Amino acid sequence: MRLMLIAAGAVLALTVAGAIAGDAKPNDAQIAHIAYTAGQIDITTAELALQKSKNKDVRDFAENMVRDHTAVNEQALALVKKLNVTPEDNDTSKALVKQADAKRAELAKLEGAAFDKAYADNEVAYHKTVNNALETVLIPTASNAELKDLLSTGLKIFQGHEQHAEHVAQSLK
Amino acid sequence: VGSRLAGLALLGALGIVPPAVAGETIQVTIDKLKFDPPQVSAHVGDTIEWVSRDFVAHTATARNNDWDVAIPAKGAGRVTLQHPGDVDYFCRFHPNMTGRISVEP
Repeated sequence: MRLMLIAAGAVLALTVAGAIAGDAKPNDAQIAHIAYTAGQIDITTAELALQKSKNKDVRDFAENMVRDHTAVNEQALALVKKLNVTPEDNDTSKALVKQADAKRAELAKLEGAAFDKAYADNEVAYHKTVNNALETVLIPTASNAELKDLLSTGLKIFQGHEQHAEHVAQSLK
Repeated sequence: VGSRLAGLALLGALGIVPPAVAGETIQVTIDKLKFDPPQVSAHVGDTIEWVSRDFVAHTATARNNDWDVAIPAKGAGRVTLQHPGDVDYFCRFHPNMTGRISVEP
């Protein structure tokens, strides 16, 4: 399981890195789409956790994910509107969604403590991957200062989530 | 003032400790997931008020479990300090946010 998660993380990191390895770096409209999509994915996975889990730490964490990622994405929508930018779908966003759908299907088959542990471990891995992509690709590549600033604040929030997820995963061992 | 002092003296003579005379309020700002200033000094009876500029909710949670203050997005939360000592605190939602209060008697 752990190896699979690490492998999944590596694939995503490569995908995001690959998106700028080619001739075209992601533009701000694509970066906004990637960041927004990553947030929506975590909200949907948290909603699954709220349906399935009875563990208080897991549920509290999932509620935080819904609340924080919704707040960040509202800021993102307000910003793209202000900048008159339409978020643009792209291969990285598509890869993120595809991978998340597969992971969610996997999680949906689990119950009880097995679900809680798999969800928490996946949240650690997912936030690590997205944070790495933000730090190494998305923030340095963003050209608009306000977008860069929002992504940087988002990174701090998500780094908090990564630590919080680690605490939850640790408490389930 | 004279009668107030006399009152306090009377309470003291009776062995009654009067409630701390309205302590100071010390403000800590939260901006982009940082407590600012990260360390403050206060006295027992002082109130710490956290004022957040962030668009996500936070908490100020004492590691010694003395208090757990909810700080809504763009809102504020406060606690009146009851015990002397150094208190490390963090945000439960974003444990990368940490601060410390040194409480003098």
